[in-house]
Amino acid sequence: MVKEEIQTNNGVNVQYRRKRNKREMRHQLISFLLMIFLTLVAFFVVGYGDFSVWFVIPFILILASVQVGFQLYYFMHMSNKGHEAPALFIYSAVLVAFVTILAFITIIWI
Amino acid sequence: MNSYAQKRGFLATLWDYLTTVDHKKIAILYLVAGGFFFVLGGIEALLIRVQLAVPNNDFMSADMFNQVMTMHGTTMIFLAAMPLLFALMNAVLPLQIGARDVAFPFINALGFWLFLFGGIFLNLSWFLGGAPDAGWTSYASLSLASEGKRIDFYTLGLQISGFGTLMAGINFIVTIINMRTTGMTYMRMPMFTWTTFVACSLILFAFPPLTISIFFLIFDRLFGAQFFNVDMGGNTIIWEHLFWIFGHPEVYILVLPAFGIFSEVISTFSRKRLFGYASMVFATVLIGFLGFMVWAHHMFTTGLGPIANAIFAVATMAIAVPTGIKIFNWLLTMWGGSIKLTTPMLYAVAFIPSFVIGGVTGIMNAASVADYQYHDTYFVVGHFHYVILGGVVFAVLAGLHFYWPKMFGTMLNETLGKITFWLFLIGFHLTFFVQHFLGLMGMPRRTFTFLEGQGLETGNYISSIGSVLMAVASVILVINIIITSVKNKKVGNDPWGDGRTLEWSISSPPPYYNFKQLPLVRSIDAYWHEKMEGRKEMPPAEPLGDIHMPNPSFIPFMISFGLFIAAFGAMYRPDYSWGLPVLIGGLVITFGSMLVRSLKDDLGTYIKKEELDDDKGVKA
Repeated sequence: MVKEEIQTNNGVNVQYRRKRNKREMRHQLISFLLMIFLTLVAFFVVGYGDFSVWFVIPFILILASVQVGFQLYYFMHMSNKGHEAPALFIYSAVLVAFVTILAFITIIWI
Repeated sequence: MNSYAQKRGFLATLWDYLTTVDHKKIAILYLVAGGFFFVLGGIEALLIRVQLAVPNNDFMSADMFNQVMTMHGTTMIFLAAMPLLFALMNAVLPLQIGARDVAFPFINALGFWLFLFGGIFLNLSWFLGGAPDAGWTSYASLSLASEGKRIDFYTLGLQISGFGTLMAGINFIVTIINMRTTGMTYMRMPMFTWTTFVACSLILFAFPPLTISIFFLIFDRLFGAQFFNVDMGGNTIIWEHLFWIFGHPEVYILVLPAFGIFSEVISTFSRKRLFGYASMVFATVLIGFLGFMVWAHHMFTTGLGPIANAIFAVATMAIAVPTGIKIFNWLLTMWGGSIKLTTPMLYAVAFIPSFVIGGVTGIMNAASVADYQYHDTYFVVGHFHYVILGGVVFAVLAGLHFYWPKMFGTMLNETLGKITFWLFLIGFHLTFFVQHFLGLMGMPRRTFTFLEGQGLETGNYISSIGSVLMAVASVILVINIIITSVKNKKVGNDPWGDGRTLEWSISSPPPYYNFKQLPLVRSIDAYWHEKMEGRKEMPPAEPLGDIHMPNPSFIPFMISFGLFIAAFGAMYRPDYSWGLPVLIGGLVITFGSMLVRSLKDDLGTYIKKEELDDDKGVKA
C-alpha cells in the first residue's frame, strides 16, 4: 500500500499534502466562523446588553486579542515552520509596547 | 568587461557613488559622511572647551553656547557615531556571514541618503538663523519656548535621518536572518554579527517612539497642535518619556556593535577563540532586552514617585550583570593568549578599564536617591563621555584600523596609529576624569561659564588641555589616512595574519560580488578552522555559476532629496506663502520617485560564469 502512494512533484507526497490542506481548510473555516461569532458578541455587548463600561471595555479588548491570535495563526500561518523569527519579533514588540503603555497610564496620566 | 576594473574620470566615479547599491561602497559613503560630521562635532566640542577653559570667559555668548552644545550632542550621536558604526557594519557584516550583499541593496542606499540629507538639513541651521538650542534631548518645555526656526531644523532633520537609520536597521536584521551561507548557524555567527543583529533589533523597536515624539513636536511647532502645551491640556512629560524610550536603547544601539568589534579584535590578536561565546551571545541579548525597561532612570528627578524610581533603579543595576559577564569574557580571552599589541588591540585593551569606569559611575547614577545629587551636573557629563568615548569611539577607531585593509586594500601606518592611540587615550582621561569631580563640586551641566573662586578653575583648565590632545590625535589620524592613501601599497587577503572569520578569506578589498562561490562554514571562526586544518581557503558550498547582482540606481538619492525639499517647505509654511507649494513639490518628488521604482521593472544583472573564470578574483 505504502509503495502505491503517489510520489511525484519532486518527491513531495501529494496525498499527504492533500490531507494537510484539508485539515488546514477545516481549521480556517472553524476560526472564520468563530471570528464572526466573536464580532457579533462584541456588537451585542456594546449595543444591546446593559453592561457597565468597566466590563465592556476589557471584554471587547480580550475578544480583539483572541481575534488577532486567530488571524495570525490560522490565516497567516504563523504556526507553520519557518516563522520563528517573525514570531520572536512580534512578541518582543508586544512586550515593549505593553511596558510603554503601562508606564504611560501609571506614571504619567495619574 | 568588468566595469569596476576600468580607470575612470572624476565625474564617472561621482556618479558611481551617487547611484551605488553595493554595500562596500555604501560603507565608504557612511565612513566619509560620518567622519565629516565627527570632525564637525569635534570642533564644536573644542569651542565648548575653549569657552570653559577659564572662569568668566566671554569667548561666546550664552545663546551661542546653547547652540554649540546642542549641536555637539546631536551631531555626535546621530550623525557621527551611528553612521560610523553603520560604515563598519556595511563593510564587514555581509562578508562575515558569507553573503554577496545585504538583503535589500536599494534600501541600503536609501538609508544612507536619508541620513545624509537629514544631517545636512540639521547643519544648515548655522547659516539660516541659528542652530537648535534646547540640548540634544530637546525637552518640550525648552523647545516649545525656543524662538525662530532653530528647533524646526532639529525636528525635521532628525526625522529624515531617523527614517534612514530605521531602514538600515531593518535591512541588517533581514540580512542576518536570511542571507547566511551554508553552515553559518546562529551559534556560529561572529560576535560582531551577533551584536549588530541585537543592535538593529533595538533600532527597530526604539526608533518608532522617536519618530512619534518628533512628529508630535513638529505638529506642535508648525501645525498648531498642543501635545506638549500644558496651557492647552497637553503634557510636557510625554516628550521626556517618549524621547528616553528611544534614548536609552540608543545607548545600547551604539555600544553593542562596539562590544562586537572589541570581541573580534581581542580574539584575533590574542590568537584564541573568544572565551565563553555562548554566554557572550546570551549577555548581548539580555542587555538588549533590559535596555527597554530602564528609560526612566534619566528622569528620576522628574517626580515619578518612589515606587517607579525604585523599579527603574533596580532594573538599571541589573544591566551591570550581563555587562560584567562580557568584561570577564574579554579578560579571559586574553588570559593565556599569545597577544599582539597592534593599534586595534591597544584600543581594545584600553577600552576595558575606561568602560568599567563609565559603568561604575553608571551604577552610581542608577541609585535613584544619590542621583538627586548627580542629576544635571558634570558628573553625568563625565559618566556618559566615559561610556560613549571609552566604548563607542574607541571601538570605531579600533575597527577603522582593523578593517581598513578590508575596506581599502591598504594598511594604516602602525607607528602613527599608536601615536594617535596614546594621545587620544591620555587626552580622553584628562578631559573627562576630572569632570566627575567638577560635577561633585556642583558645576551644573550645560552651564556656559563659571565664576572665579568656586574651585572650578583647575579642573576645567585640565579638561580643556585634554580636549586639545584628542584633537591633535584626530589630526594625526587624518595624516595617517592621507599618507596611506598616497602610498597605496596593496595587501593580501589576511594582512593581520590572524584573521579568524570569513571576511579575511577573500581579497582586500573584495570583488564587487564578494564570493565567487559561497563558502561552506564548518565551525565557529570558520576561516581559522580551515587554516588549522591546513587549507588556505574556504571550501565552496555551491558550484561555480552565474551570479545575480542588483543594478545601480539614482532613485534613493531622489527620494531623500524630495524629503529634504519638503522639510524646507514645512518649516517656512507658517511665514511665507511659498512654503506650502514647496512642501507639496518635495513630497511629489519623493512619492514620484517611489512610483517610478514600483512601476519600472528592475531585475538586476547576471555576472556570467565565463566572466568569473577570467577574473583573477578569489575562489570560494
